[in-house]
Amino acid sequence: MVPSPTLAVNIAPLRDVHKALIRLRVNGETHEVYVPVHKTLLEVLREDLNLTGTKHGCELGECGTCTVLVDGEPVLSCLALPIELQDRDIVTVEGLAERGVPHPLQVAFAELGAAQCGYCTPGILVAAKSLLDQNPRPTLDEIKEALAGNLCRCTGYIKILEAVELAAQRMTGNWKRETGNWGTGSGA
Amino acid sequence: MGEEKEEYSIIGRPLIKVDAMAKVTGETKFADDLALPRMLHAKLLRSPHPHARILSIDTGPAEALPGVHAVLTGRALPIKFGILPVSQDEEALATEKVRYVGDPVAAVAAVDEETAEAACRLIRVEYEVLPALMSVGEALAREDVRIHDYGPRGNIHKEVALEFGDVEEGFAQADHVREDVFFYEGSTHLPMEQHAALAAHGPDGKLCLWSSTQTPHYVHRALAKVLELPASHIRVIALPNGGGFGGKSDPFSHEIVVCKLSMLTGRPVKICLTREEVFYAHRGRHPVTLWFKTGVTRGGAITAMHFRSYLDGGAYGSYGVASLYYTGALQTVTYRVPRYKFEGVRVFTNKPPCGPKRGHGTPQPRCALEVHLDKLAEALGLDPSEMRRRHLVQPNSVTVNQLRIGTVGLGECLDRVVERSGWKAKHRKLPFGHGIGVAGSAYISGAGLPIYWNALPHSGVQIKIDRGGGVAVFCGSTDIGQGSDSVLAYVAAEELGIEPEDIRVVTADTDLTPVDLGSYSSRVTLMTGNATIQAARKLKAQLFEAAGEKLGVPFDRLRAAHRRIFDRDNPEAGIGFVEAAVLAEAKFGTLGAVGSYTPPKGLGKYKGAGVGPTPTYSYSAAVVELTVDPETGFITVDKVWLAHDIGKAINPLLVIGQIEGSVYMALGEALMEEQAFRKGVHKIPSMLEYKSPTFLETPQMESILVETLDPAGPYGAKEVGQGVLLPVVPAVLNAIYDAVGVRIDEVPASPEKIVKALEAQRRGRASGNGRLPSVTFPEPTVVQPTGA
Amino acid sequence: MRLPAFRYLAPKTLAEASRMIADAGPDGMLVSGGTDLFPNMKRLQFDPRILVGLRHLSELLGVSGDPHRGMRIGAATPLHQLGLHPAIRARYPALATAAGSVATPQIRRMGTLGGNLCVDTRCNYYNQSYEWRRAIGFCMKRDGDVCLVAPGSPRCVAVSSSDTAPAMMALQATVVLSGPDGERTLPVAALYHDDGMAYLAKRPEEILTAILLPPVDGLRNTYWKLRRRGSFDFPILGVAASLRLDGDGTCTDARIVLGAVASRPVEAIEAEKLLLGQRLTSDLIEEAAMAAYRPAKPLDNTDLTLAYRKRMARVFVARALRELANLP
Ligand SMILES: Cc1cc2nc3c(=O)[nH]c(=O)nc-3n(C[C@H](O)[C@H](O)[C@H](O)COP(=O)(O)OP(=O)(O)OC[C@H]3O[C@@H](n4cnc5c(N)ncnc54)[C@H](O)[C@@H]3O)c2cc1C
Ligand code: SF4
Ligand code: FES
Ligand code: FES
Repeated sequence: MVPSPTLAVNIAPLRDVHKALIRLRVNGETHEVYVPVHKTLLEVLREDLNLTGTKHGCELGECGTCTVLVDGEPVLSCLALPIELQDRDIVTVEGLAERGVPHPLQVAFAELGAAQCGYCTPGILVAAKSLLDQNPRPTLDEIKEALAGNLCRCTGYIKILEAVELAAQRMTGNWKRETGNWGTGSGA
Repeated sequence: MGEEKEEYSIIGRPLIKVDAMAKVTGETKFADDLALPRMLHAKLLRSPHPHARILSIDTGPAEALPGVHAVLTGRALPIKFGILPVSQDEEALATEKVRYVGDPVAAVAAVDEETAEAACRLIRVEYEVLPALMSVGEALAREDVRIHDYGPRGNIHKEVALEFGDVEEGFAQADHVREDVFFYEGSTHLPMEQHAALAAHGPDGKLCLWSSTQTPHYVHRALAKVLELPASHIRVIALPNGGGFGGKSDPFSHEIVVCKLSMLTGRPVKICLTREEVFYAHRGRHPVTLWFKTGVTRGGAITAMHFRSYLDGGAYGSYGVASLYYTGALQTVTYRVPRYKFEGVRVFTNKPPCGPKRGHGTPQPRCALEVHLDKLAEALGLDPSEMRRRHLVQPNSVTVNQLRIGTVGLGECLDRVVERSGWKAKHRKLPFGHGIGVAGSAYISGAGLPIYWNALPHSGVQIKIDRGGGVAVFCGSTDIGQGSDSVLAYVAAEELGIEPEDIRVVTADTDLTPVDLGSYSSRVTLMTGNATIQAARKLKAQLFEAAGEKLGVPFDRLRAAHRRIFDRDNPEAGIGFVEAAVLAEAKFGTLGAVGSYTPPKGLGKYKGAGVGPTPTYSYSAAVVELTVDPETGFITVDKVWLAHDIGKAINPLLVIGQIEGSVYMALGEALMEEQAFRKGVHKIPSMLEYKSPTFLETPQMESILVETLDPAGPYGAKEVGQGVLLPVVPAVLNAIYDAVGVRIDEVPASPEKIVKALEAQRRGRASGNGRLPSVTFPEPTVVQPTGA
Repeated sequence: MRLPAFRYLAPKTLAEASRMIADAGPDGMLVSGGTDLFPNMKRLQFDPRILVGLRHLSELLGVSGDPHRGMRIGAATPLHQLGLHPAIRARYPALATAAGSVATPQIRRMGTLGGNLCVDTRCNYYNQSYEWRRAIGFCMKRDGDVCLVAPGSPRCVAVSSSDTAPAMMALQATVVLSGPDGERTLPVAALYHDDGMAYLAKRPEEILTAILLPPVDGLRNTYWKLRRRGSFDFPILGVAASLRLDGDGTCTDARIVLGAVASRPVEAIEAEKLLLGQRLTSDLIEEAAMAAYRPAKPLDNTDLTLAYRKRMARVFVARALRELANLP
């Protein structure tokens, strides 16, 4: 009989907690939270600010689901510390619509079925918003590159790419989508 | 039910999903988004050993930790459960033995996750370590080390042997006979959402569980059994799933555990699995070794087929008996197979249990069969697409294993992908490194039998109309992203002549909604669609009667569309839907109706005949064009053409979405995904190291819908969620051969395997076929074909 | 998964940071972007009681200089910015490519160059949760005393997995380290030990403040990365190469550095020797690639098999050299 080893276990997660009063500006609103400094932005958004629109799929930086914008740039909230982000502009999926009017990306995602289960959608929407804010007429490859840090298991990515192109087209008016012979469906 | 209306107003249109805006705004609540006042957090302590006997569990130090509210072991939950009645072999928490690394052993509820996790670490479990059996070969060789004490012998969970017609006679008639061995590696669903569950046991003694499950009804039954509560006191609510793909179709330990913890503490208890734990919950694709022997005539007609499958089941039964039967069931429904023999075995091993993943048990044999046929076609000098085309099963026929075929769109699917891809100009004609491959497939649109034996409907729908014209559809089905909530709304709207946005859909709540068996086996659109039609037509009859009286128009001239009920011959004469609702309520009393659906019984009477029958088979064909870098073995998939016999597309947008998602998942399996183990432990339980394709691996894709209007489906519709995955994997393997001339009879076709095969080819060595595990199959049950 | 508890210190100056980390002793760790450290902490590969944040120190920010005089890059510069910098893109493509191929767009915006050079060595027996490592048996890199990859090995053979480190070596960059006793500079090549645990030749309290790139003058350079997917994945092989060719194409300077084949980036000195004084032909490149591949000794602790990864070293070195020699 092989006895199982007895080990001193690591319960580091529990030791003395350093809390801080942190000021976060999320979707234009300033919040003050008094939280442990080791709580990630993801956890503070979801648990302390009730902004559960931001999702998580790994909490290790490996999936992109938790993406939010900080000063317009996509970052992973599961690896970000609120204490380092005081007074920065944080945008989550809840901040995309303005006064209840959805962002063109949201409309395009809905129309084209780019959100199947919708779980990866919040992260992809904000990453796409950052792209279009900086590059209003991206090529297909640029869209792929910009979203390459977000996994989706439902859509095969095609409808997402089409939706970003559609939104870009609508936001810029005159520019033509690349979509031609890819991701097409022909009816019977 | 499949009759065509002269014109649909909703069906067939690319409408947005009813839940789309909620999903794009972050409004949709998934299980882990829920929180209740006084909620506690739970964690599971899992086995560190692949196989061990539990000698003792000391929960003392964990209980003493401040913030801990309850510590649970298997002693409090001794009743076994499992999705199939024939394999009730799971425990919520292991009592005597653990059977894989990750098997739950104890649980803690505490004020927060950190405390619960730390408390788990303080639980002391003494184990007697047993030999770990990590492969089919090992598990078969060690009959003395039994993982379970049931099953025919040793570690065999289930074996089958069936013979339909005399295959030897068929082989004797063949011009050419060939045998091939394949290996299809296991893979996991990897839904983006980790499983989560929240339980609240109230002071009234009633229990409510919110969970990310595809099968609330089966969870409901398992809870009643294990917790020994009346089912009527338990409510299970399935939240929208953040991806399922079959991975959330079993009742799980964590669901039962949070319920029990809530009962013990009197407080709501939530759990969310870590990504690593999701790999342990698994129930994914079985690793399968497969062997095919097929005889063909010079023209490519199959004279006989003999097939064997060896499934690596993992530690528990799960859906495994069904998975095993599925590996052998559907070979006969694509190309005509006059004699067929199937032998198969599912073996227990010390790994997370396998179960149903998109295509459940059929992608592995389909992949092997389609590659096998490609080789046969080459040996016969036939174009592989034409050989398939020539020997299709006939519509409205019965196969040798007694499966009833409805409409068959496979021929048209093949024609369309061949034509669209420019196949004729490319096959065997592309430059070295570039290749093209084809394959066909079929899948069920819902299983003919429920998972537990009963004579009840598989799907129920209830619709109510209020005097404000509000329409609510209640159904137990669960939206896992496929759009099942939307299908309910589309069908009800079509029948009642209103718009989908006029409808409120209430789903997946065992207290409020009639039973639907769940989102598995591609059953939802067909079954809930038919049930919804039935319920809606009852209400429509009442609306028409009331409206007809008012309008003075005979019943059968009335039509409902665009929120009106009107005279077909004089569309000006009509009333609004709301007015009709008021008139009908005045005439008949409160308006409500139910509908239900039970699929037709299968023909076969032999043991195992329950797996395979369906109201109608869907068909698909794929052509894949790809580039192989012969130096690195890396594959770039350039384009996929996928044609699918959908019967009737209720919403082409959603159908194409399912196709694209299935093609993606197929490419992941074909090229990189691998549930790998080392030293008894999952080698790569993370999103980083378990490789799944990213945006950058996305090929061009063309989806082609073929409509065959099957009388069994609502408006003629068939399934699309799973079947389209099947032909893509073999089409990839066939394309690799076309590109570089080596056969990879294995999935995934990873770069290293390609480089190795090319090296072997250069040295003039054939890359050898795999070996088969040694199993003596029982004497087959011989079933004489019914001369159809 | 959650982070273990720690105290977070936010120094305002480099001097303050040095003091804080020195005072913290073995309980303290530096954090820059946190994209390597935080996942590792969640898995309890590290559980420092004190973190000293470097992200906002002005001394560690900014890119200055130009390719003619050489450049200075602050250690806290996000990787993303390197890819955007016109001079770096044009003249130090090895660095721009390496930085641009790290992880994902999000991580490149959070992760910094200093953090990338100091990134922990990796091993798929080690980059696993605490419970996983407990199940398989802890290894010497954390909590145990054996190596699970090479059980006979007296040292840890975890893999150097930085993309920019081989590029920096091929570019002959130096790093500036600042400690309580002042500053020193070190060639990047001297920053690493071939030891999976003590992989940095830097004292724990030393802060990497800047990276100095020498002038380019005609140095052609490139970086090739092997990984399963176009995004997310760490290198399972990196090849950085730089060449200087004179007027008639004779090679006057050559650096070939392999990443992810050992616990530190490995310079393929034999291969470099073959090239020096020669004109680059296909045959010579093949020969050099063979020479570069021989010393590569990958082990079975990353994605894909070691035989395959070793084999690819030859293919990738050849491809990198062909690119620099403008051969098809
Ligand atoms: C999913 C995923 C994929 C990844 N893929 C890649 C990849 O492909 N290639 C790659 O190279 N890396 C990869 N990484 C690792 C990491 O993201 C990058 O290496 C990043 O550049 C690290 O920088 P950072 O600033 O975030 O480092 P941190 O996490 O802040 O620090 C890393 C280490 O360096 C030390 N450190 C940081 N800055 C300094 C300094 N100025 N002076 C002294 N010590 C310092 C820290 O103490 C710590 O030990 C990946 C990470 C994840 C999560
Ligand atoms: S190389 Fe050996 S010692 Fe180092 S991390 Fe891996 S298993 Fe541990
Ligand atoms: S949750 Fe996966 S990257 Fe943050
Ligand atoms: S829509 Fe489900 S994961 Fe992307």
